[in-house]
Amino acid sequence: MTPLIDVRSLRKRFGAVLAVDDLSFSVNRGEVLGFLGPNGAGKSTTMRIIAGFIAPTAGTALVCGEDIQSNPVAAKRRIGYVPEGSPLYGDMTPEGFLKFICDVRQMSREERRKAVATAIDRVQLDEVLHRRIDTLSKGFRRRVGLAQAIIHDPDVLILDEPTDGLDPNQKHLVRELIRSMGDTKAIIVSTHILEEVDAVCDRALIIDRGRVVADGTPMQLHARSPDFNAVSLKVTKAETDRAVKLLRAVPKVASVEAVEQIHGSTRLLVRPQDGEFIAEAVGAALHGAHLATTDMNNVVGTLDDVFRSVTLNQGR
Amino acid sequence: MRVTLAIARRELSAYFSTPLAYVFLVAFVASTGAATFYFGNFMARRQADLTPFFDFHPWLYLIFIPAVGMRLWAEERRQGTSELLMTLPVTAWQTVLGKFVAAWTFVGIALALTFPIWISVNYLGDPDNGVILAGYVASLLMAGALVAVTSFASSLTNSQVIAFVLGVVASFLLMMSGLQLVLNLFSGWAPQYVVDLVASFSLLTHFDAIARGVLEMRSIVFFVILILLFLFLNRQVVEVWKMS
Repeated sequence: MTPLIDVRSLRKRFGAVLAVDDLSFSVNRGEVLGFLGPNGAGKSTTMRIIAGFIAPTAGTALVCGEDIQSNPVAAKRRIGYVPEGSPLYGDMTPEGFLKFICDVRQMSREERRKAVATAIDRVQLDEVLHRRIDTLSKGFRRRVGLAQAIIHDPDVLILDEPTDGLDPNQKHLVRELIRSMGDTKAIIVSTHILEEVDAVCDRALIIDRGRVVADGTPMQLHARSPDFNAVSLKVTKAETDRAVKLLRAVPKVASVEAVEQIHGSTRLLVRPQDGEFIAEAVGAALHGAHLATTDMNNVVGTLDDVFRSVTLNQGR
Repeated sequence: MRVTLAIARRELSAYFSTPLAYVFLVAFVASTGAATFYFGNFMARRQADLTPFFDFHPWLYLIFIPAVGMRLWAEERRQGTSELLMTLPVTAWQTVLGKFVAAWTFVGIALALTFPIWISVNYLGDPDNGVILAGYVASLLMAGALVAVTSFASSLTNSQVIAFVLGVVASFLLMMSGLQLVLNLFSGWAPQYVVDLVASFSLLTHFDAIARGVLEMRSIVFFVILILLFLFLNRQVVEVWKMS
């Protein structure tokens, strides 16, 4: 299967700053790619290049096989793009604006009628159709931006922080929308919210200083967390020392740490070597020594930890 | 073509989405009238023609057109909507042309609204309507050239105020280049053909040539070329936006 988005050795220099440094990746149909990275890592720049808003210094991107550099109009026909902050023509109504987008995308009147109706339905815009866009709330404005991006049912969607600044309900709506389209399109979503990656993405790409520093499914990224497959458990205060000693002897255990004291009991975090699964061995050892434990569970590790570890270690 | 028209339509409706458009139209019609009657001595001349009316157009355009065209690109960039526009499947030409057509149409509407003065002169006397038509053609062409200049100026900045000032200055220089005042700057040291070249760029000279009623081809071609030149420069600037 040829990828719908194929980014090839992309490089973008702004004066002395190298914003994107030899970046290559591809996204297939049915994939939702979470695009992560610290501020200034080159996320927006990369998305803008793929969407054809700015030209790369070197390299290129292919969208559905069309080169965004040499054949920009053909490539842009296949893309739906929501720029960062979702800029819109405030003097128009959502209806007028969506019709304008259809006209520019050269739809017939009949196609336009259907497309506008479908898009309005998908993002639930009906109640504000005839109000000026600049009088709408942020949530509705973002929905207009999304409607604009999906109105021609594109194969490729590029969404630059689509949930930024929205309330939890609105975020939920946007995520549902992304997930519902994820099976039939290739989607790139940039975000700062790491829980969003678990919620909507099939794959995550972390970039830092214009380079890929991590690429994998959300689970593979979790596996890079130092706490991945660690075991968290509670023992009574009196038995803490015995438990620590015992657990250190369990095979594949790398460390045992007392992380907090609560009401006469101590919570221990048992970290494995190389992310090995140790929960069973830990359970068996405690059981064998007749040590009573409560609240024992397997820790997956947060993406925040992974994010910090991969973006802070890169030669800073 | 459809794409260009869609952009032009949006742009034109943007003009009428604020009361400013109506203020503009009223101000333009009122000031052409005032200029014609007070400064042009329309009545005292006792001649049934619109010469004093058209004579003031270049000077009104000098302020009016940069005010109309200043937002074309500057506002788009300031609001960030350029990112939306430039990622739609349109070429830079289609956008440049669409915006130009919209602004020119707006000025055309303003010009058309001056029709009462044409009715007046026909009521009062027996003017040569061919000459009046030529005057309108000259005025419209001149307006087109200044719209193209202003659109180009607007693409250079993201501030409407700067776009306005640039538009006025560029328009002023283009208009004045035929006057002795400007030519004297060159005639002292430059060879004659340079002086002639500068003079030939004068919008006023070409405007007068057409407005006299002869519809001189040379001058019509001049305006068309000037419009295309500035639209081309406009397109180049928009393409350069992509680089930064």
